[in-house]
Amino acid sequence: MQINIMYFASLRDASKKSQESIETSAHTIEDLFLELNTKYNFSLKQDQLRVAQNEEYVPFTSSLKSGDTIVFIPPVAGG
Amino acid sequence: MFKMTENNINSLTNLEAEILENPTVGGIVYFQGVVRNHNEGKSVKSLEYEAYIPMANKIGQDILKKAKEKFDIVDAFCIHRVGHLAINDTAVWVITTSHHRKEAYDASQFIIDTVKGEVPIWKKEHYVHEEPKWVACHRCREQHEILNGNHQHGK
Repeated sequence: MQINIMYFASLRDASKKSQESIETSAHTIEDLFLELNTKYNFSLKQDQLRVAQNEEYVPFTSSLKSGDTIVFIPPVAGG
Repeated sequence: MFKMTENNINSLTNLEAEILENPTVGGIVYFQGVVRNHNEGKSVKSLEYEAYIPMANKIGQDILKKAKEKFDIVDAFCIHRVGHLAINDTAVWVITTSHHRKEAYDASQFIIDTVKGEVPIWKKEHYVHEEPKWVACHRCREQHEILNGNHQHGK
């Protein structure tokens, strides 16, 4: 299925892109993270990240659907 | 009203009329977060904020809605910068209005704390003597760990 991924902060630095659309066989967001981490070797571990699926925070165990927009959220630092 | 903006927000000229619109308001609390020249022992020369804007706006609006449900306030506003900011530039405004001051102070504290912990905004510090670095709000990370059940006391 096709998944859109957006990258921010240190994850954007590691992937060297702001977004991409990929074909994946990953079933869950956790599977997708492992796949991307193998490719980009992120400096942050899964337990340091949150994840948004179509602009909502969800657990890493959530299932992926074709067309989803996934954003791994590094520790936030507003204010 | 929650808004992320690329524009300078050092003054609030455009918002004053909206803040004062309701004649029952008796107190207004303004919290202004500005860029300081140091952090954790390092000399900071500027800050870069980036955000996942659509989600930031959505979560920001939810936080203001929760503040209005939780505290007896009339209205709440939050404006947050993105982009490259210089020392003394305003990074964030939180404005709360109420009939009496206590509720406005309490709501202001709730809003800024929640914005810092929940809204997808990231900050890169540019230092005088070192390479720039993405930084995290440590207290927020601790809260996040507690929420996720993997926080160990004293660690």
